[in-house]
Amino acid sequence: MTRHASDSRQNTGSLMDRRTFLQTSLLASGALLIGVGHAKAASGAEQAGEAWAPNLYLRIEADNRVTIISKNPEAGQGVKTAFPMVVAECLDVDWRQVRVEQAPLDDRYGRQVVGGSRGTPDGWDDLRIAGTAARQLLIAAAAVHWGVQPAECSTENGSVIHAASGRSAAYAALRGTAATLPVPEVASLELKSRPEEFRLLGRFVPGVDNPKILTGQPLFGCDTRLEGMLYAVFEKCPAYGGKVRSANVEQIRSLPGVTHAFVVEGTDNLAGLMPGVAIVATSWWEANAARRQLKVDWATSHADSSAEYERQAAGLREQAGETLRADGDVEKALGSAAKIVEASYYYPFVSHANLEPQNCTALFHESGKLELWAPSQNPRGGRQLIAETLGIPEDRIDVNLVRIGGGFGRRLVNDFMVEAAWIAREVRRPVQLQWTREDDMRHDFYRPAAWHHFRAGIDGDGRMNAFDHHFISFGRGGQPVSGAGLSPDHYPAGLVPNFRLRQSLIETQLPTGPWRSPGHSAYCWAYQSFFDEVALAAGRDQLEFRLDLLSRSFGEPPLDLARTSGTLRVAAERAGWGRKLSANRGLGMAFHFDHGGFVSHVAEVVAKGNAVHVEKVWSGIDIGPVINLSGARNQVEGCVVDALSTAQLEITFADGAAQQGNFDQYGLLRINQAPEVECHFIQSDHRPSGLGEPPFAPATPAIANAIFAATGVRIRELPFRRAGLSV
Amino acid sequence: MAEISLKINGVNRSLDVPDDMPLLWALRDKLNLVGTKYGCGIGLCGSCTVLVNGSPVQACNIKAAALRDKEITTIEGLSPDGSHPVQRAWNDEDVPQCGYCQAGQVLAATALLARTPQPTDSDIDNAMAGILCRCGTYPRIRKAIKRAADYLAEQGGQS
Repeated sequence: MTRHASDSRQNTGSLMDRRTFLQTSLLASGALLIGVGHAKAASGAEQAGEAWAPNLYLRIEADNRVTIISKNPEAGQGVKTAFPMVVAECLDVDWRQVRVEQAPLDDRYGRQVVGGSRGTPDGWDDLRIAGTAARQLLIAAAAVHWGVQPAECSTENGSVIHAASGRSAAYAALRGTAATLPVPEVASLELKSRPEEFRLLGRFVPGVDNPKILTGQPLFGCDTRLEGMLYAVFEKCPAYGGKVRSANVEQIRSLPGVTHAFVVEGTDNLAGLMPGVAIVATSWWEANAARRQLKVDWATSHADSSAEYERQAAGLREQAGETLRADGDVEKALGSAAKIVEASYYYPFVSHANLEPQNCTALFHESGKLELWAPSQNPRGGRQLIAETLGIPEDRIDVNLVRIGGGFGRRLVNDFMVEAAWIAREVRRPVQLQWTREDDMRHDFYRPAAWHHFRAGIDGDGRMNAFDHHFISFGRGGQPVSGAGLSPDHYPAGLVPNFRLRQSLIETQLPTGPWRSPGHSAYCWAYQSFFDEVALAAGRDQLEFRLDLLSRSFGEPPLDLARTSGTLRVAAERAGWGRKLSANRGLGMAFHFDHGGFVSHVAEVVAKGNAVHVEKVWSGIDIGPVINLSGARNQVEGCVVDALSTAQLEITFADGAAQQGNFDQYGLLRINQAPEVECHFIQSDHRPSGLGEPPFAPATPAIANAIFAATGVRIRELPFRRAGLSV
Repeated sequence: MAEISLKINGVNRSLDVPDDMPLLWALRDKLNLVGTKYGCGIGLCGSCTVLVNGSPVQACNIKAAALRDKEITTIEGLSPDGSHPVQRAWNDEDVPQCGYCQAGQVLAATALLARTPQPTDSDIDNAMAGILCRCGTYPRIRKAIKRAADYLAEQGGQS
């Protein structure tokens, strides 16, 4: 009944059918690989011209094409290309033979989440095992055919080769025999791991969805079109958590195109089904036009505001706060310091502003099964939320993974999924819920604001030997809210002999959540800007000061000192650190480590009065081997642009509601403001880690430090305009 | 509600639309041409950019009924097999991250190159600043436009 059968749906069927003759074996990682069970069925499949699916990740088709299944949602991080590349590398097939399918939500795949830059490190073993095990079975099958030893055979571009006799066989011709052979022990597999072993990995490979994106084919959640589908909008209380006392739904029902209008009582879960009013119509435009006539009497429970938060933060500053970590004796070291540097930094709440506003399409089949097309970063979490809220067993809910128009952490929360499911159950028709931009910006899970008060002591050798840090952010019930926590082991803990971290929390009723590189994306700017101030006060070169800071640790080092220094050296060298610049130009730098990745940036800024332009950023990156060079560079470039963009933005609150709703009040960076980015990867033998987040955090301070070098203006509050600067 | 006829991608299409329905929603909800994307609804993000008589127009901001005699090109009509030089350049530079804004970017770039076959950086800034990319693919958009200019020059400027 779909107008466009999405690839994920087709895939659901083919995978499920194979369940009948496949058996499972558990991998160390917890994800499931499927081993071949009944040889007869598989053998018969070959004669019938059917594909062979040695495991959940790939199928070898009769025409020697290879279908590789990508299990995780794709939100622009490049996983739908990178993961299949790993399988193709280990299977040893020509990338041009490969067709990629998106998996639906399927528990056999284990984790299916975009988040925490964890896709690559988590998938690395399973993907290599899937490709390598299948390749080994195909080699064994060829050896049986030819009566030779497997060790005499090799593979190349989708064929097994016996060089001694000059014979070769395409994988497709071997799939029936391969299916009858015992699955190799995982421990016996030799997995490629070093950059010099790779043929495909590390190359520049364009995204597999580019053809559809560039011709406008249906791909995203909001592109789903079902027969008889209706369109919905959902109005929630501007002040978070407000409940509906009454609404003029009867009047709304009489408006053009409107088929349904009703109150949803909702729950108290800010990340679940909130109270509101649903309007459903034959087109989205009509549903949203009717909404302008909607009148709701809301019962609100709080009036949190930015002004009140600021007042509380000023009061908390005077208090000691809760000590989270104390090394050495900070007060004593400060008392005997040759110099003390003191500064305070502030960053505001920010929104995710995914370009595709939240949406979800839901259909209750006559069987009672619920099917969803959900642009979710955490679809399993969405399924659980729906099951709990609607009282439906999880095995009665199917979730198709659709391409996501930007994640950044927002879509780890699945409020839009449960809203669509609830509305679809009410109207008994397929429904697409589409939020407006204003819904999206005003019902986000924001990156929390925070205040950082620093004091550093410099000893007689110009070294930072004391660091006192009072961190003021947001909490509920005495615990930091999502995205507001700061690890007591974060550097410079462990890099200075006398260290203290104190925390104070402001009680908040606002929804907060993970925002690209949660925490790091905000506080790295404060730390690395303050280091700039300390180095200046100590009369030292910024690079030399930071390399020295990374040269020794006190107790457990908070990050790998050698890998961190390595990225900083590379970025500085490529940028020509120390070169002469004209008076209105400046270079700035920062290092960081988060989510498994080490990244340093050097930025070059040119200033004309209070207008600054970030011309170029040089990046040193160590994430182990690079999987897709294009995808990796794209994440670095994107993170730098995102960091500069976000440093211009803020969300403020009044009467419990966000005050910004659209791009007129929340102006993302545009092409004329974007810098050139030059990436330098240190391709080490470490296990690969993800890159969707690590390049973000150090970008903001590298730029801010370059602005100081160019203008003499030290930015201690975000957004930049608070310092009188425009980009 | 009125029945109107629009010429979209070279084909005359009849559709019933509310008088005030913007082109964006006529395309998406009435014609199932979903390549044109909704981003802000106030003409500030450019995700809904289409070409009207060759010029970029934000489809969220213009009524469908106002375009009766115009030639409308959406991303679906640029070249359905993706062989247009701008589409090829976009793939070869691997511009997209999430890809949501790219239909608008590609069409705006196509209009720029039709007017200015060898655009400077400043030309690119002026022509493309109306279209947001939340993922930050701007450095690649710039490169892809220059590459597309080369492709167009190779084939004699015909697009």
